[in-house]
Amino acid sequence: MAKRLVVDASWCKGCGICAEFCPKKVLKIVKEKVSVVNPNDCIKCGLCELRCPDYAIYLEEVANEE
Amino acid sequence: MASELIMKYMREEHLPHIWCPGCGHGILMRDVAQAVKNLGIDQEKVCLVSGIGCASRAAGYMDFQTMHTTHGRAIAFATGVKMARPDLEVIVIAGDGDVAAIGGNHLIHAARRNIGITVIVFNNDIYGMTGGQYSPTTPTGEFGTTAPYGNIDRPFDIAVLAAAAGASYVAKGTAYHAQQTIKLIEDGLRHKGFSLIDCAGICATYYGRKNKKGSAVDMMKYQRDNTITFEQAKTMSREERSGKFILGKLVEDDFPEFSDEYQKIIDRLKEAKK
Amino acid sequence: MKNRVLMQGNEAVVEGAIKAGMRFFAGYPITPSTEIAEQSAVRLPQVGGHFIQMEDEIGSMAAVIGASAVGTKSMTATSGPGFSLKQENIGYACMTEIPVVIVDVQRSGPSTGLPTSPSQSDVMQARWGTHGDHSIIAISPSSVSECYNLIIRAFNLAEKYRTPVIFLMDEIVGHLREGIEFDDEAEVEIIERKMKQRPDTLHLPYHVCEGDDVPRFHLTGYDIRYNITGLAHGPDGFPTNNNEVAGQLVTRLMKKIENNIDDIVEVEEKFCDDAETVIVCYGGTKRSVMSAVEELRAKGKKVGYFRPITIWPFPEKQLSALPKSVKNIIVAEHNYGQILLEVERVIKDRKIGFVGKVDGTVITPSEIVKAVEEVK
Repeated sequence: MAKRLVVDASWCKGCGICAEFCPKKVLKIVKEKVSVVNPNDCIKCGLCELRCPDYAIYLEEVANEE
Repeated sequence: MASELIMKYMREEHLPHIWCPGCGHGILMRDVAQAVKNLGIDQEKVCLVSGIGCASRAAGYMDFQTMHTTHGRAIAFATGVKMARPDLEVIVIAGDGDVAAIGGNHLIHAARRNIGITVIVFNNDIYGMTGGQYSPTTPTGEFGTTAPYGNIDRPFDIAVLAAAAGASYVAKGTAYHAQQTIKLIEDGLRHKGFSLIDCAGICATYYGRKNKKGSAVDMMKYQRDNTITFEQAKTMSREERSGKFILGKLVEDDFPEFSDEYQKIIDRLKEAKK
Repeated sequence: MKNRVLMQGNEAVVEGAIKAGMRFFAGYPITPSTEIAEQSAVRLPQVGGHFIQMEDEIGSMAAVIGASAVGTKSMTATSGPGFSLKQENIGYACMTEIPVVIVDVQRSGPSTGLPTSPSQSDVMQARWGTHGDHSIIAISPSSVSECYNLIIRAFNLAEKYRTPVIFLMDEIVGHLREGIEFDDEAEVEIIERKMKQRPDTLHLPYHVCEGDDVPRFHLTGYDIRYNITGLAHGPDGFPTNNNEVAGQLVTRLMKKIENNIDDIVEVEEKFCDDAETVIVCYGGTKRSVMSAVEELRAKGKKVGYFRPITIWPFPEKQLSALPKSVKNIIVAEHNYGQILLEVERVIKDRKIGFVGKVDGTVITPSEIVKAVEEVK
């Protein structure tokens, strides 16, 4: 199963924890909300999901994308 | 939409929660959900009891049978739940003020009794809900709205307190070290007797601001860079230890569990009656 | 099996409670209620129930609410200072509508007072001890057999109205030993909590079905996961800041008792039909009053007594209905005048006298006789 990074900006409170600790600098806080700025660099490690206090970012399993 | 984990173990309609941006409680509450999921515990059989304070609001968000009780008394309510229904997985989520100040007596006696409940402390060193007063875990010298000239109290280490009171499983986690903390909570849930996981949270709004600790990100970085093990702590002087977070297990021991022991009395009396 | 036994009031409470279905007791040692904990410790495991001695009174109150919340009939027992400590959690039981029975064997106060001496000075604390507007039921027994029978009623009312019920004893009755006849296997009415059935309201723990006064229960551990909170909450059980919902909740908590006063209130009246003087008394005080009344009747005095068995809600309807012949009312109680305040509130057109004691001694029949004879 492949994984996809999902952001629910309506739950994001803009604390910046996900962006700061993303090992590949995929995320950035833009106008107080998380934004995926380098999607191609994402290694789907899930650390953002683990540390997001507001459950606004997570990895979702998707059917294999070619 | 939220992740599968959140959809299953939280009451999505009550989210987003009331906690401040960057609050460690959100991370720790997710850790609890993940630990329950990893162990495959039947959701219907979980009874989550909390007291009053920021941490205690977890009861409203987590999708178990939940009881949001009175300040400091969660462990005492949970004791009644466990005695009446030993089949339930009884979890207490409590803050540092809730469990170590007003509820300190219930904490030490539940630990002594070794009743099978799992206490997860969301420990942010401050009373957040009432606006930043110093708590029993606020380090000496730090500030709160009621310690305007610096705290002259000495803090409790809740884990050490629980261990001294006889808890059979004691561990310390942090908001930053989510993976390790989830594992420590899992082991606490699996443990038969009284277990306590003292989890260092992040309160940037009150504790951070009052004590010039920077943003939630800064406080997380500090946790990352200043966390040691119990073994390391043993080799350090008091000065070296100060300001450090500890990650790992302090106690994992096997003592008879209270409700099991009570059942033995019931069985013995039943046997004698025959 | 029918037994005629010599038993203490405190012990009879435990036997009655077990008959009513009590299977959990949490308590803390305190004079003069300790025998209730001791007897519960002996008896509960014999019937498959659980006893626990908690670390304090507050914890005991919390534990019984916890046990009841997951489906077990529960009781705690205490006296004066311990009753004060339990108050916050009694309010939690009121707000969350979790049935529990709290026995208060009253002793002389304030503070540590005279721990082994009788008193009835917790009457107002039983009514208003916890903060905030709330309803409460309090029942006061006068004999050992009433300890047995009325504690069953206390459990029944707690379950029926989903409320804490205060079993307001006093040291006189708690430590009194007398012969009682009780039958372990006798059929008595035992009320069990009403459980939710209608699937459409199953997800609303505090929804009140039509024709009901209180929400129905759901047993923890099966199908539905509820939230219980001491915060103002709507039918869904979750905290709310909505003033309308909060107002409706408190109103309903008051009304569920107020609207059922006739079902809840019990009084005993004796010789009141032609009486000129009626003595209002309750609990252990009734015993002195009864012998004084008998003595006075023998002398030809037209005296009777009126005894609220249900102290709260106060039986104002029954008291107001005393016959026209009654010119004088004398309130006799072991305090500085607590039920007296209720009698004065209800009775406006008769002379009201008072015999009270706050020194830890018992009001004697001769003191009652004297008070009646002094009435002009």
